[in-house]
Amino acid sequence: MVDYDDVKFAIVELFKKAETELGEDVIKAIKNAYEREDNEIAKNQLKTILDNIDAAGRLKVPMCQDTGLPIVFVEIGKELCLNFDLKKAIVDGVKIATEEVPLRPNAVHPLTRENPGNNVGLYMPQINIDFVEGDKLKLTVMPKGAGSENMSVLKMLLPSQVDEIPRLVVDAVKNASGKPCPPIFVGVGIGSTFDGCAKLAKKALLRDVTVMNEYEREILNAINMLGIGPMGLGGKTTALAVLVETGYCHTASLPLAINIQCWANRRASKVLG
Amino acid sequence: MARIREIKTPLERDEVLKLEARDVVYVSGEIFTARDKAHMRALDYIRQRKELPINFNGCIIYHCGPLMRKINEEWRVISAGPTTSARMNKTLPSIVKNVECIGVIGKGGMDEGVVGALKGRGFYLAYTGGAGALAANAIKKVRGLYWEDLGMAEAIWVFEVEKFGPCIVGIDAHGKSLYAEIQRKVEENYRKIISKL
Repeated sequence: MVDYDDVKFAIVELFKKAETELGEDVIKAIKNAYEREDNEIAKNQLKTILDNIDAAGRLKVPMCQDTGLPIVFVEIGKELCLNFDLKKAIVDGVKIATEEVPLRPNAVHPLTRENPGNNVGLYMPQINIDFVEGDKLKLTVMPKGAGSENMSVLKMLLPSQVDEIPRLVVDAVKNASGKPCPPIFVGVGIGSTFDGCAKLAKKALLRDVTVMNEYEREILNAINMLGIGPMGLGGKTTALAVLVETGYCHTASLPLAINIQCWANRRASKVLG
Repeated sequence: MARIREIKTPLERDEVLKLEARDVVYVSGEIFTARDKAHMRALDYIRQRKELPINFNGCIIYHCGPLMRKINEEWRVISAGPTTSARMNKTLPSIVKNVECIGVIGKGGMDEGVVGALKGRGFYLAYTGGAGALAANAIKKVRGLYWEDLGMAEAIWVFEVEKFGPCIVGIDAHGKSLYAEIQRKVEENYRKIISKL
């Protein structure tokens, strides 16, 4: 059985983890880039990033002051029985995490910019629910900073533009330049609907960043030929991975979403029950 | 190898002019945070000739919205890396033109308008974006807090720092911008890439 407290405390624990330590795949990608770079400035930027990851883990403090917006993915096993307010448990978990981790109070009203101070408000935290096989509850948190999120792009392409997708991804990265804290991870959602492609692009960032297919690698290589480099100060490493997710779309449309993520691809998961 | 320099605040114009793009710099002394809202309010104050709570002359502005925590009535810095400086492209030049010398720390670089405004009087230092834990380590004390009503991330925090860095001189007082240089190369590379895509 999973109860309200299990979920609430798991959310607090997961934010603490995601903010203070990165996944092995992400660290591996940054370390590989550090080995590959021969540009002095680029190498130093990557060294500072690695030192910072080390310091955050050691001191148990958020690696970046932009602790992001609280995004939560929930996978509910079809055979699991839930008899409590799941949304409230997640919301309350975010409130506690804001105090305890701590998280910077980032969530504001879009028009008045009023800040409740606890990262909770209309549609916030953002909760994504999916049903899967089994009888478990899997929680994944993904704190998303604004520097990289602001550089993301969504386009409703025509079906005939399918071959333009790699160039459009390169364009988005070029326009973002040093602003999203490169080296970045590029989540790409192709297909689905207007909103669906954005969700696919975000979900792509949850994947193991060291595993890419040929299409993804081709786009990654093109991006890294731009020479933007770590922090936009020049170098071989502008992106660490391109991760593409696809979904069926209408025969008359081709939605494309490009979700940019800084080097701190923060996420943490826990299975309950 | 890059030149490594140490600078202290308050800045002196001679010292500012000595820095060159690509130099590695460590900063000591007092610096203060300011981002979108603090820049806008400072401009309002300047326009209305109201007295500012901080002196921009000889100072270093840190583009940062820190993560702070109050412990026993005392503010502590938890994580305090730089924020995207480009958001202040439009507001910074009007502040800069009123001072004799100034420094800016941020990330991601700034545009030609800022490069022009900094000519002869200021520099822009790039600190590694996202390196909030490491930056917090170099902040020794919180010396002041102004415009708290703007919120934790947007208020002005005065920090005493010791060997804050490594920072890279992204824009120097001689009109040289590392970002403009890289941007030109990126455009060249882009033309080669798209012919193959």
